Amino acid sequence: MGTTIALAGNPNSGKTTLFNELTGARQHVGNYPGVTVEKKQGAYVSNGYKMNIVDLPGTYSLTAYSLEEVVARDFLVSKKPKVVINIVDASNLERNLYLSLQFIEMGIPICIALNMIDVAKNRGIEINEKKLSELLGIPVIPTIARNGQGKTELMNAAEKMVRKTEKPVPLDISYGGDVDQVLVEIEAEISANNFLTDTYRARWVALKYLENDKQIHLLGQKTNPDVSANLEAMVNRLSTHLQDTLNTYPEAMIADHRYGYIRSILKQGVVSFQLDQNRLFVSDKIDKILTNRFWGPIIMIVILIGLYHFTFTYSETPIGWLESFFGWLGGMVETYMQDGLIKSLVISGIIDGVGGVIGFVPLIMFMFFGISLLEDTGYLARAAFMLDRIFQIFGLHGSSVMAFIVSGGIAGGCAVPGVMATRTLKSPRERLATLLTVPFMNCGAKLPVFALLVAAFFTRNKAEIMLIITLTSWSGALLIAKFLRITVIRGPSTPFVMELPPYRLPTFKGLVIHTWERTWQYIKKAGTIILGISIILWAMMTFPGLPESQKQSFEAQRQEEITTVPSIIVAELESTDTKEQLSDEAQILQNSLLTIDAREAEAALKFSIAGRFGTALESVSRLAGFDWRTNIALVGGFAAKEVVVSTLGTAYSLGKIDPEDNQSLSKTLASNPSWSPLVALSLIIFMIFYTPCFVAVVCISKEAGSWKWGAFSMAFNTLLAFVLAVLVFQFGTAMGLLGG
Amino acid sequence: MGKLSMRKMKENQSGIISAVKAVGEMGRRIRDMGLVPGTNIKIQGRAPLYDPVALRVMGFTLTLRNNEADFIDVEVK
Repeated sequence: MGTTIALAGNPNSGKTTLFNELTGARQHVGNYPGVTVEKKQGAYVSNGYKMNIVDLPGTYSLTAYSLEEVVARDFLVSKKPKVVINIVDASNLERNLYLSLQFIEMGIPICIALNMIDVAKNRGIEINEKKLSELLGIPVIPTIARNGQGKTELMNAAEKMVRKTEKPVPLDISYGGDVDQVLVEIEAEISANNFLTDTYRARWVALKYLENDKQIHLLGQKTNPDVSANLEAMVNRLSTHLQDTLNTYPEAMIADHRYGYIRSILKQGVVSFQLDQNRLFVSDKIDKILTNRFWGPIIMIVILIGLYHFTFTYSETPIGWLESFFGWLGGMVETYMQDGLIKSLVISGIIDGVGGVIGFVPLIMFMFFGISLLEDTGYLARAAFMLDRIFQIFGLHGSSVMAFIVSGGIAGGCAVPGVMATRTLKSPRERLATLLTVPFMNCGAKLPVFALLVAAFFTRNKAEIMLIITLTSWSGALLIAKFLRITVIRGPSTPFVMELPPYRLPTFKGLVIHTWERTWQYIKKAGTIILGISIILWAMMTFPGLPESQKQSFEAQRQEEITTVPSIIVAELESTDTKEQLSDEAQILQNSLLTIDAREAEAALKFSIAGRFGTALESVSRLAGFDWRTNIALVGGFAAKEVVVSTLGTAYSLGKIDPEDNQSLSKTLASNPSWSPLVALSLIIFMIFYTPCFVAVVCISKEAGSWKWGAFSMAFNTLLAFVLAVLVFQFGTAMGLLGG
Repeated sequence: MGKLSMRKMKENQSGIISAVKAVGEMGRRIRDMGLVPGTNIKIQGRAPLYDPVALRVMGFTLTLRNNEADFIDVEVK
């Protein structure tokens, strides 16, 4: 096993870079139990001594407000790492030490990696690390994580701490006369009752009671309600006193004194500034343009479109390779396997299922590479900063924009990488609302369906309809986000206290590791489930098969066709394997046989579970103008939205339809009496809003951390889509619009 | 010059924080980032739609929504 040590630090302090530098490719990404916070682990071996390094989530503090902080705190308490390497940004010492101080308060042995000393030097900040180490009583090692400088010294210092047996002497700082006095009283009460002292330091528990820490409060109330009530009363007395005399609160006093303590240390010759600390550096000069009132939004639009094209255009080639590979595989099975159920399962269930999972991989890789690039350079924070005012109205966060764009905010995206892009959002409620509304965007798979309907019914105003579709999905998504934020996900917005980190050139290694681990997680976690559902959907559209009598009747029809023509023609058709060189008679025979095949496929589809489902729902779906054929197609669309086109093809006895080539189908629809432009419009509205495809549902469940949200998005979206489609259809019919 | 709510500060104006009136999570987040009484700040700019505001504090850049800046009083220089 080796010894466990943890890496902790502020976001943007170079923590991940150091982790990659220490562990290289020997890392493992998982989740902390029960939550969606990523847990990264890796091994480091020095002088034959193996250390298991856990990368804690980047946080600025250790409150109980955010999931990341609770996770970090719980890990430190329950796993008791021998030493915590605290990465501190040397160019930003004052704020970074605030977290260090909280580790020290907890009594956790830490070792400070004073990172980015080169950046600090360039900014005219000189740090006397020996003095800092002396004043805090802990080792301080200067490092440059980007090139590995100081890595060995750091790990040697950590190893030395691991081998040391005596516990570190916790530093007790003063929080001001009033607070200190009550703190001592509370601490005495805690120690006297052994209240939570098995797991925590008495003084730390006292401090958390004073800070109104929810997690510790709840734990305290559960463990010993009497003592907890007692402590709360003491805290309340202090709180009232502080409000009366100083117009402040204990938690505010404590934070103020932490910073006061840090400043007093820094003033003792630890830091000297050669330049004005708040002067503008290169990064700030770049910001003068990139967040400029006029140029900022223009550049942002260009960058967002660029990201979009990078993701969807450049991934086309590898997706094409994968598609042709799976196509070839399907073809091989088609040729060499015996006809029957097993063959159908292998082709339609397994190969299409695996192909479906793997087909998204290039998309996800390119998307994460692009987003990691924007995130690591620091641009993502600027985009969030510029757009926040708009997204805030709908209860979302400026960072939501990436997910919306990738999902198809620019028509043609995909909700699967879009859902995964919400990982850059740190605010839980905003993140969930984003997760649930990105599937309303126009993903690339909905486009062939729209194209079909437009080609059949709206050829003259193609551009207008596409514009209406885009606007409907954007406004729908934002309004529904707002609706969710005031109903199921209500709660105050998470404070937008966000750092704009200096622009940095990301390391290529970091980008590659980041991209790969997230892609691998998709393959591993979503892949198996997606394959399973793909097989279930195949079964739904296949079983039960047509009864023997019907099969025989189709077979009889085929025989009849064959017997009516001379046997030479039949032999000719059977011997040729390509379409060329068929005589006219053979051509006619082939067509009539294909027509019978297609009619059989239609009958089989109607007879299957999905078909019965579609037929049974017809009485309800009529309200929106959909017949059983549309219903089955929509069930098929749950597998992937473009399947709607091919399923409609089967349902209209047209045989196999290529989603990209819909001419025959659009003609059929246009001339079919049960269709009208109004039905098409109703279906377009339904397509925009109804359940995400199951791949997206699986991803939503994984990202939201619960299947409940996956189920919610299926049920809620479908119901919403149906209500909207009914409104459109009924209103149109009543007003006699669009041929309704 | 006197006390001013941070929302009312102009670009490039600087000052020293005199009070942070927020409580709960928002108060904690604001203080965690070093916005405590006595800290020097300078308004670096505002987003294109005038909200959020970006400020320079202790050598780094921080953004806050205007309705969060409302809770912070600054002794303007």
